[in-house]
Amino acid sequence: MAEAILEVRDLVKHYPLTQGILFKKQVGAVKAVDGVSFDLVAGETLGIVGESGCGKSTVAKMLVNLERPTAGQIKYKGTDITKMSGKALRSVRRNIQMVFQDPYTSLNPRMTVGDIIGEPYEIHPEVAPKGDRRRKVQELLDVVGLNPEYINRYPHQFSGGQRQRIGIARGLALQPEIIVADEPVSALDVSVQAQVVNLLERLQNEFSLSYVFIAHDLSIVRHISDRVGVMYLGRIVEIGRDAEIYDHPTHPYTQALLSAVPVPDPSAREHRERIILSGDVPSPANIPSGCRFRTRCWKAQERCTLEVPELAVPAVFQLLEGPAHHPSACHFAEEKRVVPSE
Amino acid sequence: MLLEVRDLQVEFKTRDGIAKAVNGVTYSVAAGETLAVLGESGSGKSVTAQAVMGILDMPPGRITGGEIVFQGQDLLKLKEDERRKIRGSGMAMIFQDALSSLNPVLSVGAQLGEMYSVHRGMSRADAKAKAVELMDRVRIPAAKERVGQYPHQFSGGMRQRIMIAMAMALEPALIIADEPTTALDVTVQAQVMDLLAELQREMNMGLILITHDLGVVADVADRIAVMYAGRIVEEAPVHEIYKAPAHPYTRGLLDSIPRLDQKGQELYAIKGLPPNLMHIPSGCAFHPRCPMAQDVCRTDVPPLANVSEGRRSACHFWKECLNG
Ligand SMILES: Nc1ncnc2c1ncn2[C@@H]1O[C@H](COP(=O)(O)OP(=O)(O)OP(=O)(O)O)[C@@H](O)[C@H]1O
Ligand SMILES: Nc1ncnc2c1ncn2[C@@H]1O[C@H](COP(=O)(O)OP(=O)(O)OP(=O)(O)O)[C@@H](O)[C@H]1O
Ligand code: SF4
Ligand SMILES: [Mg+2]
Ligand SMILES: [Mg+2]
Repeated sequence: MAEAILEVRDLVKHYPLTQGILFKKQVGAVKAVDGVSFDLVAGETLGIVGESGCGKSTVAKMLVNLERPTAGQIKYKGTDITKMSGKALRSVRRNIQMVFQDPYTSLNPRMTVGDIIGEPYEIHPEVAPKGDRRRKVQELLDVVGLNPEYINRYPHQFSGGQRQRIGIARGLALQPEIIVADEPVSALDVSVQAQVVNLLERLQNEFSLSYVFIAHDLSIVRHISDRVGVMYLGRIVEIGRDAEIYDHPTHPYTQALLSAVPVPDPSAREHRERIILSGDVPSPANIPSGCRFRTRCWKAQERCTLEVPELAVPAVFQLLEGPAHHPSACHFAEEKRVVPSE
Repeated sequence: MLLEVRDLQVEFKTRDGIAKAVNGVTYSVAAGETLAVLGESGSGKSVTAQAVMGILDMPPGRITGGEIVFQGQDLLKLKEDERRKIRGSGMAMIFQDALSSLNPVLSVGAQLGEMYSVHRGMSRADAKAKAVELMDRVRIPAAKERVGQYPHQFSGGMRQRIMIAMAMALEPALIIADEPTTALDVTVQAQVMDLLAELQREMNMGLILITHDLGVVADVADRIAVMYAGRIVEEAPVHEIYKAPAHPYTRGLLDSIPRLDQKGQELYAIKGLPPNLMHIPSGCAFHPRCPMAQDVCRTDVPPLANVSEGRRSACHFWKECLNG
């Protein structure tokens, strides 16, 4: 494998749960992210999928330094950025930028598009000296397929897809190497979504960007990703190349997730076999012992209560070559085809 | 027919002029049927639904024409207090964002119970018992213990199910669900959709499902109405539309779904920009973006023509589209 531009190790974010108003007493913690590790290779797209509340956005925020991890490392080209501060941190942060989910609320309605896209230059004037900014912003508008003459317009004068492009232009302003995109297309209809995905892929080729792409639409993630990580309750439970995850999932949660994807074909209605998970997702303040998926897993046995399954290639597949040979955090990992073949 | 919307027109007064959000929408729903409403963002799906429910923002909104016939009476001719009675007991709505539609400072039990104490005049104790029953019905575990909890203490999927419970409380004949699962991930979405379908079957309700998820539509809809620029451009039984769309906009939507064999390639996307509702293009509103457009499309508004039994298309060239 090529060199990792980002190495994430045992990343943890716990939010304290407190009681009392005057004398706050910590009574527990919301374990939003609870030990996440992965590599991001230069030029690749790593997709991250998982249930609402499993910690995807929290991981994203730690990667771009909007949140400080409780523990763990984020190594950018070999240096742990969680320990950095001041000038060194600022120059690293420049290289890791974020595109946010909601094109309707993530843009300040009182700022012009030019001010929104050019705002990062206030913090990093070295990238674009004052006199040069307007031209830079117009260039960026052009890159993302918006008319450079729109520079003085306000966000409400744009459609949802156009607003998402403004967010992407802003993410590109500092010429980062890594873009963390948190649900960048979830609010858009399919045709606009296709436009934005095409744009992201074009920009990746043009500027050799690496992406962490978070979404809950599994077919979009498959389209854009080289590798995919599946998260459940603050941890990655399975990770691998896109075909390994989609065609040869070995973790029961991944299998359930894939089986629930609605297929855009009404004649498939009768044939599909959906794995319906029982119960609700446990609270991240009260994570089950052993395997955190066991309370909803149809395969769970006593061992699952006692022993935490590690994210590694399961023993049964260790001697095997082929697509089932990839990390999966399950004591009873086995292959099961769940997506109806085309 | 349970509900018939006929030639509905809605406009909004804005700073920059009049925005024509709904320009002659006609659709109907029968008891027990699921109608999916699809279409571009801003095409008027929610505004139409709000007009049916009687919760449109007026002003700036204004209904300038049309009829909304529900169980035989035109709702637009009723007084507000008569409409209020229909809301909840005759028809109910489920919104995308349950957290902001539930009252954050009232327990869910109190909010569910209110449906019965206000509309049915039940005592508080009876209303609370009913609330627990409803929560059980939408499968909230430990309903009895959790009835006093507040919305933020439930997960997203549970809150959405509580919204469904509220909508179902008075057993309405019609439910309008506006993107009920957009904020949910697929496993919870599957639970919520199954629950809706089951309750619908049990009570023989009509369901209008607004969504842009073509997978969900394929899974649950009986019929589909596709909107563009405030009009219905195609209406058809679900199986037919996926097999062969009769309108170029519908075709564009279906072609935009990412398919496995497209990995590493550009996705198809409808070219151009959504229409400006202040200046809707002449003729067919879709013509500036349509790959099939001819001169007549720029000048003549295409009527919603009958394609076959239960199927209509507003395209001058629906035959060519269907065959191509
Ligand atoms: N500032 C905070 N304080 C306390 N808890 C938090 C905070 N931010 C997030 N959480 C909790 O951490 C968990 C993970 O949240 P996160 O936003 O990362 O989830 P997500 O996977 O992005 O979900 P979604 O798909 O809904 O966006 C959730 O249970 C959330 O309620
Ligand atoms: N209160 C309002 N004031 C002014 N314009 C409005 C108002 N409500 C809606 N509109 C406009 O009416 C048009 C139709 O909006 P509507 O919410 O029905 O779209 P939609 O089809 O539901 O789109 P989406 O898929 O994004 O939810 C939009 O252009 C919108 O800007
Ligand atoms: S370890 Fe056990 S509980 Fe966890 S996913 Fe595997 S079988 Fe299910
Ligand atoms: Mg998130
Ligand atoms: Mg809407």
